[in-house]
Amino acid sequence: MNNGLEIRWHGRGGQGAKTAALLLADVAFKTGQYVQGFPEYGPERMGAPITAYNRISKDVIRVHSNIYTPDLVVVVDETLLHSVDVTAGLKEEGAIIINTSMSKEEVLPLLNGYQGNVYTVDARTISMETLGKNFPNSPMLAAAVAVSGVMPREAFFKEMQESYHHKFAKKPEVIEGNMKALKMAFDVIELALQAELEQSA
Amino acid sequence: MAKRDRMSGNEAVAYAIRQINPDVMPAFPITPSTEIPQMVSTYIANGEVDTEFIPVESEHSAMSAAIGAEAAGARTLTATSSAGLALMWEELLLAASNRMPLALALVNRTLSGPININCDHTDGMGARDTGWIQIYSENNQEAYDNFVQAYPIAENKNVHLPIMICQDGFITSHAVENIELLEDAAVKAFVGEYEPEEFLLNPGKPIAVGPYSVSNYAMEARKNQELALENAKEVILQVAAEYEKISGRKYGLFEAYKTEDADYIMLIMGSAAGTAKQAVDDLRAQGKKVGVLKLRVFRPFPAKEIAEALKNCKAVAIMDRCESYNGNGAALGSEVSAALFRNKVMISAVNYIYGLAGRDFTVTDVYRIFDELEQAELNGTEVEQYQYVGLRK
Repeated sequence: MNNGLEIRWHGRGGQGAKTAALLLADVAFKTGQYVQGFPEYGPERMGAPITAYNRISKDVIRVHSNIYTPDLVVVVDETLLHSVDVTAGLKEEGAIIINTSMSKEEVLPLLNGYQGNVYTVDARTISMETLGKNFPNSPMLAAAVAVSGVMPREAFFKEMQESYHHKFAKKPEVIEGNMKALKMAFDVIELALQAELEQSA
Repeated sequence: MAKRDRMSGNEAVAYAIRQINPDVMPAFPITPSTEIPQMVSTYIANGEVDTEFIPVESEHSAMSAAIGAEAAGARTLTATSSAGLALMWEELLLAASNRMPLALALVNRTLSGPININCDHTDGMGARDTGWIQIYSENNQEAYDNFVQAYPIAENKNVHLPIMICQDGFITSHAVENIELLEDAAVKAFVGEYEPEEFLLNPGKPIAVGPYSVSNYAMEARKNQELALENAKEVILQVAAEYEKISGRKYGLFEAYKTEDADYIMLIMGSAAGTAKQAVDDLRAQGKKVGVLKLRVFRPFPAKEIAEALKNCKAVAIMDRCESYNGNGAALGSEVSAALFRNKVMISAVNYIYGLAGRDFTVTDVYRIFDELEQAELNGTEVEQYQYVGLRK
């Protein structure tokens, strides 16, 4: 497990960070890789900070510990930036994605001098527009897939369509909104990646 | 054809239970094992199994009902964790002494206090003298494989004892990982039908279960029970050999990972064994001769076999995910040391207590422990013989 991808999710109990990590494990599994998706529980209550993790690798994964030097960090709740050191151990060549309405420039001072790639996604607004409720985990999952390149865009949407079809078998009316949320978040990251490319060219 | 999938450790055990389709499951929910009875209930509601589920009012009742059902002649199981197992304590001894081959899915969690929901082996180790077979799993795959092997071991007429299949709470029970599942038909054929020779609901051959025994006979009953547990060692190996034929996966009393030429060996159980194996690969790449002995079968305790596997190394780190509060080390520390002494294997044996109440155990911890063993051997550095890993000072 030397060249695998390690991801750390920060969220609050009830926001679905754990579910997003498990869904990402599902998606990566479909690409034929070895996967791990697991939560770290503190006190079990709504709103408490929680952490979840993913390991994705072409080799068998044997390590069963938390992740201390992630390649990617996903922050599902921006209020955690004030209380949790979200960039702790994050590799400089890695990236962090934050659910916030702030711009990259506005959020940088809150990242303890992190020098790597920073992406912002307004998952709350996307979720309100597409689902009428604040479920930030779907857009953040799409952002994590877009940044990490775990799976190509169209293949990812196809997988998620099937996954939601299964997950929301009893409330199919939310599937379309969730799919729309995924696409909007994916677009935000693709635009940011495109802008980076143009800047470096 | 085996099916490649991904699922959590709890899902893997529930999946095995569906394939086995046992007769009776009394259960009471407790974190982190709750999902197992929950998922089995769904299988029952969907008509995928015809198991009789008994929602009981406590774990004391769960084990009591399990013993009753098993005595009646039904293939029975339950699942629990932590305080749930503690509440079963009296019945655990009854299940074993009445020779009930029932199965228990134990999802290891610490006991209070301070109150905590996370993994350590305090629950399983607390039941170490109850007469149950105890098998520990490294990951979801092993939890599944061990559960499929549970009844063929327990129901073997030379054994006829209850069996506990253990996995680490949250670390594997709630972690989604890759897994290879057997076909339903393959599992059904492997486990077979339960055909007890003697059972309560057999009017043609009445028996008594759990009667009073005078002192003149009770001691012989205990010895018979002890012999049955000793017999289990060979049966576990036979069942593992049969299981390898249908799964391609090899199991023993323990897994000796790169121990053949190792100077330093870490003896460890459960999910942390995977972390230790990764660390061993990293250290081997630096030329260090290190290995891991992952104990799978804790009861019956393979004392001779462990001593034999360790006899050529210079030092062993005995890893306990529990405390015994005796001032002299924990369960594995004491039992492995006794096994080494009795078999005249005179190597250094340091007892490390790690991962209590979910404290994370990392590859870096493993590097440090191997380094400490090596420094003691090469430079005569003093090592605390019974110590805690990663303790806040």
